[in-house]
Amino acid sequence: MSDLSQIGFLSIISLNAMVPVALAALGEIFAEKAGVVNIGLEGVMLVGAWFGIYATWLTFNPFVGIGMGFVLGAFFGLIHGYISVYLKGDQIISGVGINLFALGFVPFSIVAVWGVAGAFSSPVTFPLILTPWGQLSYWVPITFVVGVVLWYVLQKTRLGLNVRATGENPEAADAVGINVERLRLFATVFGSALAGLAGSYMSVDLNGAITKEIVAGRGFIALATVVFSGWNPLLGIVGALVFGFAQGGSIWISFNPAIRSAIPNVDFVLSMVPYIATLVVVTALGARSRVPKYVGIPYKRE
Amino acid sequence: MRLSRVFTPAFLSSLTESVFAGAVGFVVGGLVLWVLGYNPLSTFYYLLQGSVGSPTNFSVTLNNAAPLILTAICFAIGLRAGLFNIGAEGQVYVGAAAAVAVAFFSLPVGLHLALSIIVAGAAGALWSLPAFLLKASRGVNEVISTIMLNWLGFYSILWVSLNWLVDPNRSEKTISVPATMRFPDLLGGAGISSAILFSVLIAFGYYGYLWLTPSGYELRAVGLNPDAARFGGIAPKKALLSAFALGGFASGIAGAIQVAGRGPPYAIYTTLGNVQNFGFNGIGVSLIGKNHPVAIILAGIFFGALQAGATNVQLYARVPYEIVQVIEGIIVVAIAAPDILKKIRGLGK
Repeated sequence: MSDLSQIGFLSIISLNAMVPVALAALGEIFAEKAGVVNIGLEGVMLVGAWFGIYATWLTFNPFVGIGMGFVLGAFFGLIHGYISVYLKGDQIISGVGINLFALGFVPFSIVAVWGVAGAFSSPVTFPLILTPWGQLSYWVPITFVVGVVLWYVLQKTRLGLNVRATGENPEAADAVGINVERLRLFATVFGSALAGLAGSYMSVDLNGAITKEIVAGRGFIALATVVFSGWNPLLGIVGALVFGFAQGGSIWISFNPAIRSAIPNVDFVLSMVPYIATLVVVTALGARSRVPKYVGIPYKRE
Repeated sequence: MRLSRVFTPAFLSSLTESVFAGAVGFVVGGLVLWVLGYNPLSTFYYLLQGSVGSPTNFSVTLNNAAPLILTAICFAIGLRAGLFNIGAEGQVYVGAAAAVAVAFFSLPVGLHLALSIIVAGAAGALWSLPAFLLKASRGVNEVISTIMLNWLGFYSILWVSLNWLVDPNRSEKTISVPATMRFPDLLGGAGISSAILFSVLIAFGYYGYLWLTPSGYELRAVGLNPDAARFGGIAPKKALLSAFALGGFASGIAGAIQVAGRGPPYAIYTTLGNVQNFGFNGIGVSLIGKNHPVAIILAGIFFGALQAGATNVQLYARVPYEIVQVIEGIIVVAIAAPDILKKIRGLGK
């Protein structure tokens, strides 16, 4: 292959790899702007991945399948949101619980539904855009659009202003007539739905199969992306691209026969690259950005 | 000690919350089973039978509890210092691999086990250090750094296991640790490993450290109010370092227990299957035990029982054993919202 087509191929696998981190991070930016943090993103992605492939298997329709990831994500957002917003519960503990639940539920239901242990392939996968260098997912352009729209909504619309107000100063928001609790619940549900979508994208599109390790820390990488994007959806996309290229690059290198023969089991070494990249980026940027003031703190009316 | 000093209102409300969360776990877990076409009652029967139904089953419960108590302590000591350290998972892998590495040496009984415990603990503590350094120097949130370290630990220990620690005759596992390095069974012949006794002693040790030493006091002071602690002349970074290192030490030992404390295989499977999820479940154990080293012992036995029953459930009720992980997750979600209980009480009024 020529150099140009190599770069094209690398870009395509990296862009495809960017999508789940980007979608989950975008949703979380929205939720955290409203004041609710969900460290259960990882678990929501995992159950979304399972439900996406389950719905695809039932309907034989990958569009329905991916959509169902969004729906189940919203359902988990409803649980997490209700606990965080209305029951004034501990958001971190609830998120940990969702992660633990998913860690059990996904391998459990793979066995319960299909009678196989560990992995199940999607009967049909989402269509792809054919390019000269490889197959690009339709979800790459969709993700960019979601990012831009979310930025616009947060910065330029009334809804966005209200969301930011509930995260920065819930008392003032309440005083001007915003229903803080309802808006926070909505933001949590929407954010979690995007994480569920990120999961079903992985199982029905990117990998075309589910394993219990499918998400592999991407939910937490998305959380890191939220922080170093400074809660800006456009920078969130940039952050997810860093992850995408770290992963795409490691996949691309693994195709090199010289490297394969030089290091035994090199795939395991290369699998570490995205995590190292994430650590490097969070270290380089440090804690410079300003956190929404009331993120993680339940609002109790005086 | 007078009973009224133990059963304080705060203690009783903590206990109620934990018991209530446990009940929610079983009710919602039962619903999940019912929806998927299983019989919840027979599942719970086999769960109970598999965990406490016979001395042998109970020994499995205690052997499961031993590493969970230690990973829970890792999380708890972090939380006491104001950290959300979820790095136990990776530290268990690293500790287990370090223990297997010690198995390559020939040493006398006693000394061999002691050395492997210390090396495993040190390896676990070392694996937590980057999280401390990133937090102290760059303010990196430990939730992110410890999870990244967990995955780095996962892939590097997979790699190390397959390349260096692997059993030349059986590639599905690393070499097994020799008899000189194994935890002896307790007397009585039920197969209860002394690892549980060791874990309980460590739990009391951490309790003593946190509540009876100046350094433990400083650690808790930083967790309660870092600004006030700094004003009172306490160095917050020193407290954070203690919390990370002592936490990593406990989870590293949990890894050693998984290879030297119970068999077969007295080794790490090269999928890491027998060292996985202890770190994450330790978080649940700690939360149910309200992050108190002594209550954690009981919570650890509870989770150990669930996991012991899981195999029985799979065998006799034909329910995939991961159902217990589902129940554990629901319990933790319920712990997050103690106010559910108040709402329910409110309904009756």
